Amino acid sequence: MSSFTNESSSGSNGSLAIARLIDRIFFGLTCAFAVFIAVILLWITAQLFQAAYPAIAQFGLGFITTARWNPVEDIYGALPQIYGTIVSSIIALLLAVPLGVGVAVFLSEDFLPAKIRTPIAFVIELLAAVPSVVYGLWGIFVLVPFIRPFLNVIHQTLGWIPIFSTAPDIRGMVQAGIVLGIMISPIIIAISRDALVSLPPQLRQGSLALGATRWETILKVLLPAALSGIIGAVMLALGRALGETMAAAMLIGNAPRISASVFDPASTIASLIANQFAEASGLQVSSLLYAGLILMLLTLAVNVLAEVIITRFQQIE
Amino acid sequence: MSYTVAPMRKAFGAFMTVLATGCALLLALPLFSILWTVISRGMSGLSLAVFTELPPPPLMQGGGFGNAILGSLTVLAIAALISVPFGIMAAIFVSEFARGTKFANFVRFGINVLSGVPSIIMGLFAYAVVVLTTGTFSALAGGVALAILMIPIVERTAEEGLKSVPMETRQGAIGVGATNFQTISQIVLPAALPSIATGVTLSLARAAGETAPLLITALFNNFYAQGILQPIATLPVLIYNFAGAPYKNQQDLAWVASLLIVTLILIVSIVARSFARRQHFG
Repeated sequence: MSSFTNESSSGSNGSLAIARLIDRIFFGLTCAFAVFIAVILLWITAQLFQAAYPAIAQFGLGFITTARWNPVEDIYGALPQIYGTIVSSIIALLLAVPLGVGVAVFLSEDFLPAKIRTPIAFVIELLAAVPSVVYGLWGIFVLVPFIRPFLNVIHQTLGWIPIFSTAPDIRGMVQAGIVLGIMISPIIIAISRDALVSLPPQLRQGSLALGATRWETILKVLLPAALSGIIGAVMLALGRALGETMAAAMLIGNAPRISASVFDPASTIASLIANQFAEASGLQVSSLLYAGLILMLLTLAVNVLAEVIITRFQQIE
Repeated sequence: MSYTVAPMRKAFGAFMTVLATGCALLLALPLFSILWTVISRGMSGLSLAVFTELPPPPLMQGGGFGNAILGSLTVLAIAALISVPFGIMAAIFVSEFARGTKFANFVRFGINVLSGVPSIIMGLFAYAVVVLTTGTFSALAGGVALAILMIPIVERTAEEGLKSVPMETRQGAIGVGATNFQTISQIVLPAALPSIATGVTLSLARAAGETAPLLITALFNNFYAQGILQPIATLPVLIYNFAGAPYKNQQDLAWVASLLIVTLILIVSIVARSFARRQHFG
């Protein structure tokens, strides 16, 4: 009898030990996966650095300031692409920031009944879900023919300004910038709207009670109060525009040169990689990876800044 | 008793209202234009052959992209096989073992920053890790690139789903003698399953349209791929290739492929949204 109890208790001790072991393994596994996800960025950076090393050793920082991309002589410098990446993103922001903040205000106020507002907000969210290659396709076959007459008029009347000084072609910096602008506006709308909606109602009530009109309240009280959220939204959108590949690759013309005119074809880091990577070999591959590394650091800086701004904004709340 | 606003201020308000309405309309225009052209041009080229035949060479009529549909499914399956375990395991740790700790914040920060990294960088990473190791562009490399894109979305939705399971459920399980592993695997995970499934589907929908990382990892293949260690055709890359082609037949196929992808994404988004809403009220 006593031996039976002994056996049983030792048996249950054994299964308990196994259950504990499983528990510990499970904990360790989930912990390992979480740590892996947290540090995957470092791994990506390290891998890119390693694969790009031949080009980094060969060209050093001169890569950033040299405007040559010559696979025949194996001399590479990404200045035109860096310039194109930044300028096309600026064009996109010039379009998307006023439009996006305008729509965010429109959707956060009660201009329309909530029954109409919610579907509109949903439709704008869908804009963000359409793949970029479809934006590119639409850009090529719908937008470019549509805006060409307008660009021609701008060139003819304002051609004396350097940025409009060349005749618009079917591909160019401005076409890519416009499509990028349409693509990033949903981000600006969604986050700015959240920032505006989550402001304490006392702000609005106080301002209205002092006799301010609705728009005076929006422009002088609500927008300044939501400013850090809106800036965070713009930074996130900028990060997206800098790294967006397909719309740029399909619309910018992929010309590795720096031109003052936004009507000229240009190229971006991402479009350069998309165009040349599959056929590249040797030093050209590592140069493309080097360019990718620069792009990654650029977007990382922008995104971390956005993250910090938005987090601080949430803490103030 | 009445209060009147000075005419200038009133006019300014009216002007701004018109301006804001104009912004909304101006932005709605491209969306409707995209949807309209994708539907109208896509529908006109849609036929059964599109799903079964191979991409046509230049100047040939007909043809389809059966290989690209199969290729997209293959790459997505590989991506899901990698990203789903990673995302869910990490979410379990953050939600069940490290909730509210500094480490959880650190993981959240890492994931937020990761989701902002351009997709082409994931392609370069998969190239460095998979293509350089195996010596060939392949479906596997494409799957790895898409997996890293999907991980942040899977982790975030899984974490939200796990956190929405009431604490009492866990306490009840622990109270009747279940271990952490039993509680999580048999009680918490099943309860959070609907929102996890929604997250996985949404991330697949997003990955289905990604082009840039596949362009430099999976390349393209005019025929059916014979394995996952070979270049493989996918729908987004097919759209990109045919959009730049000067032949009308190939351009038409690009529109049909766009219609398929956009339809898939819209259906998934709408279903996921209504599903999330039902969850919310339930």
